[in-house]
Amino acid sequence: MILPTLSIKNLHKSFAANEVLKGIDLEAYKGDVISILGASGSGKSTLLRCVNLLETPSSGEIRVNGELIEMKQDKKRGAVPVSIKQVERIRSRLAMVFQGFNLWSHMTVLENVIEAPVHVLGVPKKEAIEKANAILQRVGLYERKSFYPGQLSGGQQQRVAIARALAVEPEVMLFDEPTSALDPELVGEVLSVMRGLAEEGRTMLVVTHEMAFARDVSNKVIFLHEGLVEEQGKPEDIFSNPSSERFKQFISSVY
Amino acid sequence: MDFSIFINEYQFYLAGLWTTVWLVALSLLLGLFIAVPVGLLRSSENWLIKGPAWSFMYFFRGTPLLVQLFLIYYGAAQFDLIHETWLWHYFQEAWFCALLAFTLNTGAYTAEIIRGVISTMPKSELEAAKAYGMSEGQILRRITLPNSLRRALPAYSNEIIFMIHGSAIAGIVTIVDITGAARVVNARYYAPFEAYFGAALLYMCLTFSVIFAFKKWESRYSTR
Repeated sequence: MILPTLSIKNLHKSFAANEVLKGIDLEAYKGDVISILGASGSGKSTLLRCVNLLETPSSGEIRVNGELIEMKQDKKRGAVPVSIKQVERIRSRLAMVFQGFNLWSHMTVLENVIEAPVHVLGVPKKEAIEKANAILQRVGLYERKSFYPGQLSGGQQQRVAIARALAVEPEVMLFDEPTSALDPELVGEVLSVMRGLAEEGRTMLVVTHEMAFARDVSNKVIFLHEGLVEEQGKPEDIFSNPSSERFKQFISSVY
Repeated sequence: MDFSIFINEYQFYLAGLWTTVWLVALSLLLGLFIAVPVGLLRSSENWLIKGPAWSFMYFFRGTPLLVQLFLIYYGAAQFDLIHETWLWHYFQEAWFCALLAFTLNTGAYTAEIIRGVISTMPKSELEAAKAYGMSEGQILRRITLPNSLRRALPAYSNEIIFMIHGSAIAGIVTIVDITGAARVVNARYYAPFEAYFGAALLYMCLTFSVIFAFKKWESRYSTR
């Protein structure tokens, strides 16, 4: 039996009295590209942020490569991780690409890319730089490696953010609406990099509004509605033959 | 107006300039060593941690530098702990008292600058650091401090200028700094305008050197 790279069971998340996720199950195997769709407020970003514990789930199980992230109940704060060391280690194996890029503004492009490998994973600096150069070639930003993020366009910044994610050789790449903050003419350059990653077999979880990406690139689509999985399946099945009325409405409203 | 006084007494002025420079530079350096930890403690959520930092900053920002200098220079001798011990060796020296007062004063103001820039640290960059598995200590060392200290430069250059100007009160406790030199020259020639005009020119040179240096430094980061 092959172990899923990421497995989520019965995940719940509440903010005070507001229950955002009401029991989500999800499994991602190596090489899966899963698009998570849903209207705003459906909980899709929260789900992604729960995976690397940027938000602490209220209950449920998350396993990365079979390893359970251990949680306990604290009287004051609710659910908290048992070991922050474990959380940090698991986070270092999952890379996130944010909507707003979130690059470190005081570091150059190259410094952004080697930061986590050198200072979190302990890769020798020389080795990290060599690898970073190759990754930057790949996302087409090698010539800009000594620029600061503020000197780049949004599309370039997002490609740097993807390079930063690739540099840690993550088990799973988490994309949180990676093209939503970009000008329309810059969306294409980011999507084409992501398409390339999907083709080389990276495991990706992508929260997105890009229907074409969900349909053409991912091998699985999940549609969230009010904190529950409303529809899921292969894109070729569910886009042409949706079983849920809400998903039908969603597709027609987005197209 | 007889500006030949400068030419006659230029060595005296230069000695004063040197005293001002080392006194202020050393205060700023030591003050910075106080300010970074105090500013960090002040940024804590916990009152047991931020309380002492808050009190220190509140006192030194809430009272005039001159009063602080008098408290130390004239007031310290009343305490046996200082007067009857090895400490007196230092506290009887005007330069030491001035250095101490200036250091604590600039330390408090700089701590406030640091608290300010830390509180406006972009949350998105902290979140990215967390998401890549950095520990709290690493985030502080690798992200928060380097990012914040760069943003502190404009405010800090102002603090340096205030400190240079504030240091003029050192002359009151017998130190011959720029202002002290001007006082002595005035006493010799009874030419207050010329004497203090010389001091003003030297302070201006110092101030503009600082402004120029910081402009150069800040321009390296201006594209962020």
